[in-house]
Amino acid sequence: MTRHALTLMLLGLLALAPRVAAAQPQPSADEFVPVAEAPPGEQIPAINLVGAAYGFVWVVLVGYVWTLGRRMTQAERDLAELEQRRS
Amino acid sequence: MLAVAPWIIDGAPYESTMGLVQKIFYFHMPSAWLFLIAALVAGVASARFLFGRAPSADHWAVAAAEMAVVFGVITLVTGPLWARKSWGIWWVWDARLTSSLILWLIFVAYLILRRYGGPGSDKLGAGMALFGLANVPFIFVSVNVWRTLHPQTSVVPTLPVEMGAPLWFCLTAFLLLFLALMSMRAGLARQRARIEALYLSEDEA
Repeated sequence: MTRHALTLMLLGLLALAPRVAAAQPQPSADEFVPVAEAPPGEQIPAINLVGAAYGFVWVVLVGYVWTLGRRMTQAERDLAELEQRRS
Repeated sequence: MLAVAPWIIDGAPYESTMGLVQKIFYFHMPSAWLFLIAALVAGVASARFLFGRAPSADHWAVAAAEMAVVFGVITLVTGPLWARKSWGIWWVWDARLTSSLILWLIFVAYLILRRYGGPGSDKLGAGMALFGLANVPFIFVSVNVWRTLHPQTSVVPTLPVEMGAPLWFCLTAFLLLFLALMSMRAGLARQRARIEALYLSEDEA
């Protein structure tokens, strides 16, 4: 299962490589300037990207807390079982 | 704090050229900093484990490596979502992005090694974490040294208060979560070491 997931991840990265390799860097911003309202005429809807970013953060954090909790419960169960066997 | 963060970010002003999408910054930058801090902790703890033979240092190294993978994936996914709008592309192979991806892959490899590597993987993994540690200062200064689309490190100190306050709020919330998760993960590593020792003593008996 893990091996298949890793193979799929690797193939996905390889498939993306030509597209991302075409991109070239340009000069960077050295400061952020605040304005009261969003600039008009945005071609890519930013709300979808912002929503996706925040959604992803929550999914990763909640998912990690859940797996950590599950692993801790399993370890406590194993430890209790071993100590019971020894006593 | 994390539950309140979206309202605080919503109240922050828009950036003049990037607009709404710049608000990804309030989660992206704290996770990027914690990604680097986690790599730093994993590297230092691994050095202590390799040269001082302290088992507790290895527990902290494993915990920090897992934090590096978690906060690293957040950084590497939220960054391109921001870039798609503000740069027009998802990714560029510049020094900052490439070295961040390499750092993340180092810690993914570290966790795979620790999970499936068998005996001796703790020392080999510690060596890998040292490579990760060496990458951290390079990532931090890369935006100031090489040509890149990525904003420079000068952005944070020059932020106006109305943008700086939400950022520091989010950074504090992420830092507290990071510390809580890392100490829980180190506790799990300690517990697993104890289980392993009990199994070994059972086999010997």
